[in-house]
Amino acid sequence: MIEDDGGVSVQQGDFDAGAEIAALASGRADVGGVASFIGVVRDANDGSGVSAMTLEHYPGMTEHALGEIVAQARARWSLLTVRVIHRVGRLLPGDRIVFVGVAASHRGEAFAACEFIMDYLKTRAPFWKREETPAGARWVDARDSDDTAAERWKQK
Amino acid sequence: MRVKILYFAALREALGVSVEDFDLPAGVASVAALRECLVARGGAWQRLAAANVKTAVNQRMAGGEAAVGQGDEVAFFPPVTGG
Repeated sequence: MIEDDGGVSVQQGDFDAGAEIAALASGRADVGGVASFIGVVRDANDGSGVSAMTLEHYPGMTEHALGEIVAQARARWSLLTVRVIHRVGRLLPGDRIVFVGVAASHRGEAFAACEFIMDYLKTRAPFWKREETPAGARWVDARDSDDTAAERWKQK
Repeated sequence: MRVKILYFAALREALGVSVEDFDLPAGVASVAALRECLVARGGAWQRLAAANVKTAVNQRMAGGEAAVGQGDEVAFFPPVTGG
């Protein structure tokens, strides 16, 4: 897969995680490790069942924000290939929501950058989840734990 | 001077508006000042005064001090919940 969009995609459709991971190291001999994360829709949240969720986003800003997060990761660690895919629209439990894949020469950089990108995406990329529960639909509240996770990457 | 204002997610739903064109009153040149104008509409608009409402100018996160002027796109939205 050719990285012609800065490695960032926002799309309704599903992705092939195996193919995305393979593409990160494809055709290059300098990759020493690939770290990846896949977010999946759960069937429960905050004590109630979730039968589906709809992801709204801010077209235009979403792509800028994700590109900025990838640029920050690249400035901080020595990375070879980065890929971020985020789905939008209506998703069901078990559906994949997000993919982050990072290839680097060494595992430490790949692991750290993958986690950094997810933590920043959670708190800085303009996506909003609306869940369908037995009591009706509700907007998901932001979690303090996500802010805490992003805070720890702050450089002193 | 006219700006385009966008609202997202729970805020969009509460206001019943997703996008509007807004003529900036004289002297209104920052996100904070624009926010005050909108809050002054009363009712559901007072939600915009909440500290956790985020703002962006021209599709980049921006604070209250950020300048707004002719042709800018300003957005108000709740804390993000993607990933």
